Amino acid sequence: MTHIPVLDRYREGNSLIHRLDPRVKLILTLAFIVAVTALPPGAWSSYLLCLLPVLVAVGLAGLNPVLVLRRSLVAIPFTLAALTLVFTKEGTAVATIELARWSVSATYEGIVAFVTILVKAWLSVLTATVLVSTTPFSDLVAALRTLRIPKVIVSVVSFMYRYVFVIGEEALRLHRAREARSANPTGSAGGSLLWRSRVLGGMIGSLFLRSYERSERIYAAMLSRGFDGNIRAMRMGALGLSDSLIIAASLAYLLAMLLLSHVQRAG
Amino acid sequence: MVSISAESARHPEYSTDLHGSLEEQHGPVIALTGVSFSYPDGRRALDNVNLVVRAREKVALVGPNGAGKSTLLLHLNGILRGRGAVAIMGNELGDGNLGLVRSQVGMVFQHPDDQLFSPTVFEDVAFGPLHMNLDDDEVHRRVSWALAQVGMEGFENRMPHHLSLGEKKRIAIATVLAMQPAILALDEPSGELDPRARRGLIRLLGSLPQTMLVATHDMRLVDELLPRTVVLDGGRVVADGPTQSILSDTVLLDRHGLEPP
Repeated sequence: MTHIPVLDRYREGNSLIHRLDPRVKLILTLAFIVAVTALPPGAWSSYLLCLLPVLVAVGLAGLNPVLVLRRSLVAIPFTLAALTLVFTKEGTAVATIELARWSVSATYEGIVAFVTILVKAWLSVLTATVLVSTTPFSDLVAALRTLRIPKVIVSVVSFMYRYVFVIGEEALRLHRAREARSANPTGSAGGSLLWRSRVLGGMIGSLFLRSYERSERIYAAMLSRGFDGNIRAMRMGALGLSDSLIIAASLAYLLAMLLLSHVQRAG
Repeated sequence: MVSISAESARHPEYSTDLHGSLEEQHGPVIALTGVSFSYPDGRRALDNVNLVVRAREKVALVGPNGAGKSTLLLHLNGILRGRGAVAIMGNELGDGNLGLVRSQVGMVFQHPDDQLFSPTVFEDVAFGPLHMNLDDDEVHRRVSWALAQVGMEGFENRMPHHLSLGEKKRIAIATVLAMQPAILALDEPSGELDPRARRGLIRLLGSLPQTMLVATHDMRLVDELLPRTVVLDGGRVVADGPTQSILSDTVLLDRHGLEPP
């Protein structure tokens, strides 16, 4: 049996963080990301205050810090799109690059804006990493459902998670079939670039058709078990007092930090 | 494997329920009259099929690939609807009773990856009961009971992609048992299984009390488990009778691309 490890981020555990209600974890993660986004640029001490609770959560959950760090870096390449800010934002020039008749200046304000985006993106992904490492995906889906996220969206997420493995394994088999037929008696394997890209196009088409046909069979299986267009799921019990207290305390912390950093900036 | 008698003793309310509903059915539980079906591309898959199955009969549906076996199964609960009449438990299938009929016919698809579409085993087995509008406590009871029936207790929180094919096939059967259907329609239940998983599956199917219609190429399974055999070829019923006499008719088997076990 071939398994592809993508997306399977959950690490078994029995820590306080693991046992926390998935709805609480989801609400806190979303609130945290909103708060981080709303912080003013260059509020370095506030960023540290944000990092602190995440590090505590990593420690409590017994997650491997190196692993968490590596996973939290996935979004960094995307923030490079903001690199142009360094040169386009108006402000005090700190360095100027002369290129023939053309010169660009990096401004202090631009650098602050870029680093702020970098830090905010990293903090957000770091928090999301802790969430998915300590919460089984099915619990997250159930939490999304009870938090009144539209059912269609939740179902799409749920199906995607279930079938990314199935389709991934299909792709792996197709790839192996190509490898097996790309032998060359002269020694080198792999075929020409043109041949490989043509085969790749065929593979993508074939994957699409297979997925399309599978979706029809899945739909038939759903209909067979009484599906009538309304997605039904088990209700989760009400949140306990301790859950509500945790949410209230965390929201208060985030709010206080936000106020403080904006007041500091104004002052 | 948990034997069925032990399970029935532990859950007496379910077994009496099930047997009760089977007992009160005197007429045929499945009746197909003149059913014909063509796919949108014009290919004729079923051609004037007549078939009557009585309560607790275990019927094999055999025939070469493309004979129309799967198409016939999909007619039992109205996933496909062609010309002719399909009656389940005495009710002719129509727009008004699809929901009822689908709770009476447990359809087990060939590929468990198509049947198991939820993130966890629990949610998959609960899908049918939830869509029958049962309350949450009853859904929980049904899930535990159905998983016990197929010998998969304790698998509730497992993810389908972490299971072996044999485990997936058993859980696929549990997903329909949880709806407590009177009829089981199975498509290639033993296909692609290794000998041990196949043996376990045959034992499991033998332990289930439902009326059964099994589309299969596994002639040894037919021989062991299903006393009546229907041979389908080119969308037509070409033979229907006791399994022993059909399996010993080598001319018939050969003509329709089949082999004796």
